Amino acid sequence: MSDEPRKIAFICSKGNLDMVYPALVMGWAALGNGIEVTLFFTFWGMDMINKARVDHLEIPPIANTSMKMNMMGIPGYIGIPQIFGIIPGMTAFASWLMKKKMKGLKVPPVREYLEMMVDGGAKLYACKMSVDMFDLKKEDFIDGVIDIVTASDFMDMTEGAQIVFI
Amino acid sequence: MPTKNIAGKDIQVNEEGFMTNPAEWTKEIAAEIAKEEGISELSEMHWKVIDFCRANAESTGAVPTLRTITTGSGVSTKEVFALFPKGPAKKVARISGLGKPEGCV
Repeated sequence: MSDEPRKIAFICSKGNLDMVYPALVMGWAALGNGIEVTLFFTFWGMDMINKARVDHLEIPPIANTSMKMNMMGIPGYIGIPQIFGIIPGMTAFASWLMKKKMKGLKVPPVREYLEMMVDGGAKLYACKMSVDMFDLKKEDFIDGVIDIVTASDFMDMTEGAQIVFI
Repeated sequence: MPTKNIAGKDIQVNEEGFMTNPAEWTKEIAAEIAKEEGISELSEMHWKVIDFCRANAESTGAVPTLRTITTGSGVSTKEVFALFPKGPAKKVARISGLGKPEGCV
């Protein structure tokens, strides 16, 4: 093994609950293994660091062909008819169910997960273009977001890192 | 099963250097492995984490994850990362004479 520590950077571009957790789980595992971790939030991924949004992330059953009713305890892999997905409350129900399952596995909510990652040394950055597009300011972000940076800055700061786009 | 001489005793270890028999563990072994991991001296805070891990593994039968440690031992995430820098998950487990942590969080 070389003396240079391994580095990994996650580009978080999605705000749906199922797309939010991969970077958190892998990033936390990386920190635990002594790997330097950078998280770069762009587009819908900005919801993960937006104070007003982070506690309200959801997962919609619509157009999600992998979400079957066995999650609700119905045996087999019976799909949820897409037409049901548009019924008001279905997204809230699916989100509640997923959060409940996560809690059962002792997985912390997104805000707390990011806090512990910052405590573990992860570096958080917001994408300049997305910040401008969504009319956000640094004050809108949770503590721990170091700066708003350009794509070029991100490339500079992740030299030698493995980059994962989510 | 390979063995390794740590603190004057032949200890069973796996390919990754984790002890495979927690009963062989002693405080002297912990101090020796800590040195290998770059921690020259184990402080009271280190022991708080190690003692928690040993007790937790014994009562649950599973090696505690980092999150289990930080929520159960009274030592915060920041402190655990400062006490066992560059990879606390594996370091704590090795020093505590346990296997790799089981679980992702």
